[in-house]
Amino acid sequence: MATRAIDSRNTVSAVAADDRRRWFRGQAFWLVAPALLLLVICLGLPLAIVTLRSFSEPQWGWQNYAWFFGTPVNLTVLQRTFAISAWVTLVCLIAGYPYAYVMTAVGPKMRLVLILCVLVPFWVSGVVRTLAWVILLQDSGVINSVIRAVGLSPVKLIRTQTGVVIGMAQVLLPFMILPLYSVMKTIDLRLMQAARSLGASPARAFAQVYLPLSLPGVYAGAIIVFILALGFYITPALLGGPRSTMLSTLIQNQVLSLLNWGRGGAMGVVLLIATFVLLALAAPLSRQPHKTGSTR
Amino acid sequence: MASPSARGAAIDLKSVSKHYGSFIALDKVSLHIEPGEFMTLLGPSGSGKTTTLNVIAGFTEVSSGSLDVGGKSVIGVPAHKRNIGVVFQHYALFPHMTVSRNVAYPLTLRGIANPDRAARVRKALDMVKMADFGHRFPSELSGGQQQRVALARAIVFDPPLLLMDEPLGALDKKLREWLQLEIKRIHRELGTTFVYVTHDQEEALVLSDRIAVFNQGRIEQIGTGRQLYDEPETLFVGKFVGDSTILRGAASTSGNETAIDVAGRKVAAAKRLPDGAKPVMLLRPEKLGLARRGKGGQDRNTLPGRIGEAIYLGSGSKYEVVLADTSKAIVRSTLDAETFAIGDEVDLVFAGSDVKLLADDENADFTLT
Repeated sequence: MATRAIDSRNTVSAVAADDRRRWFRGQAFWLVAPALLLLVICLGLPLAIVTLRSFSEPQWGWQNYAWFFGTPVNLTVLQRTFAISAWVTLVCLIAGYPYAYVMTAVGPKMRLVLILCVLVPFWVSGVVRTLAWVILLQDSGVINSVIRAVGLSPVKLIRTQTGVVIGMAQVLLPFMILPLYSVMKTIDLRLMQAARSLGASPARAFAQVYLPLSLPGVYAGAIIVFILALGFYITPALLGGPRSTMLSTLIQNQVLSLLNWGRGGAMGVVLLIATFVLLALAAPLSRQPHKTGSTR
Repeated sequence: MASPSARGAAIDLKSVSKHYGSFIALDKVSLHIEPGEFMTLLGPSGSGKTTTLNVIAGFTEVSSGSLDVGGKSVIGVPAHKRNIGVVFQHYALFPHMTVSRNVAYPLTLRGIANPDRAARVRKALDMVKMADFGHRFPSELSGGQQQRVALARAIVFDPPLLLMDEPLGALDKKLREWLQLEIKRIHRELGTTFVYVTHDQEEALVLSDRIAVFNQGRIEQIGTGRQLYDEPETLFVGKFVGDSTILRGAASTSGNETAIDVAGRKVAAAKRLPDGAKPVMLLRPEKLGLARRGKGGQDRNTLPGRIGEAIYLGSGSKYEVVLADTSKAIVRSTLDAETFAIGDEVDLVFAGSDVKLLADDENADFTLT
């Protein structure tokens, strides 16, 4: 009886969806055309040119790639770029996960405040925020003054990898929190009550019910943060020293200081391909087919 | 599971109160539930029935009062240590686990390993007739199927007490009626104490050994369905359980008799209320008869009225009669009785002994959501 009712409902919505699809096939192109055009002109075209020049300058061939993989410092920097990005992602996850959870648990007013706290940094230029970190992190800065005041020995933060990770994590935190929140707000908190009634301690209920259901948000946030971190330029350039140079700084060096577009382009292409490989590896993890069950 | 020796637990609430700031959700509620009993907490939304259930489950801490389950106080015991099965209105199945893993979950938590675990999961799914669905995910099941799985999950670990919070509320009527019978059967087979929350008085009558009627954070009356219907102690119970006709008017007492004046006609009941209470009279639809105007006979109470609504029910008819003072009476008649049309002038006929005399109460109104 009930199954039949549900089936017929599905059929009705399936027919409607079919109609929509048919309409879209005809019309939808014009809706995405402006964005598509912008992408092609501002992203696709320059990317194609950069790729082309990595093979054509100064002569046609693989020379720029041979140089990249043949120079140890490049490989060190590439490895460091991935390491720093991984650290930034981890820090963002540890700081962002409880924050996003609290956002789902509080009342609407408090939630607005929390969302604003996430978004306000977006409205301040990245350069300004990074310079603020310079003031905070420098040897005679606020953080070290506090550390000295409580009688501990000062820590070297500015121009270290730690400083870079701290600064980047702050800039990128919203990109972790927002995808986490969008997944967490769909998790039915009554599931936690159910788990407790079945005998799960709060910690086990979290680990076995809440955490698995929040994983799509973890993956989405981690991928966004990691990929953005790979290409970060301003923050590592201002907060980092020679031992925390990231690939973007090397690219800038090649292109703007040495005017070597071939080598700069090759480095960009390597970073791009590495990113794509990573995305391809992470894609199956972010899929979760049986998400909607309990609310129907 | 289902072994005859696995008896249910007794529950004893004594003067339990729950305050949220200045709002009183529960006001000194006392309730004793026998081992193996099917007790329904019935009331409109916001009456405190769900709060009571949450208090027993351990989801809500009491502000004051005592709560014993199986003879032991559970005040301060966290929900996951109470060993109480709970079925929720919205199923609350874990969407990332299959049906089998959902049902196995409480066993896994208790360290019960295969093959014992698999056998108990199968037995529980058999009991709710969902044995063929173990490999499915909850999102692939209909609402009724999901709720049966949720029931299996709540009984698989043999809790001495099962709490159900409007478990059929999200389902359509036919499915609901069938699952009510299923729940009754499972209660009989398990011998577990069931505490069932609903706002549907018909559901309460179908299922329960006894019913506790809640209103505004208090219990109005505890009794069997028959007791609540035939002998309501308060106006709220009379109105909430079953259909009723309420007569109001100026009251007079003489000796051991109370009479009220309904638009010029006196209706009498052989009972007196305590001083200070304003009397109202309540009549059940089956106790009311209809006759064409002037043919009602003289030996019984009669009130003139006009048919306002006539509803054919299949098994009989239901009439709404507008009385002279514009109040409405509800009358149910059998198939072979005389039929009336809207607008017919009639006499409402009833025996004085069927009139229930109750104290008026402005808190007796309720809204169902």
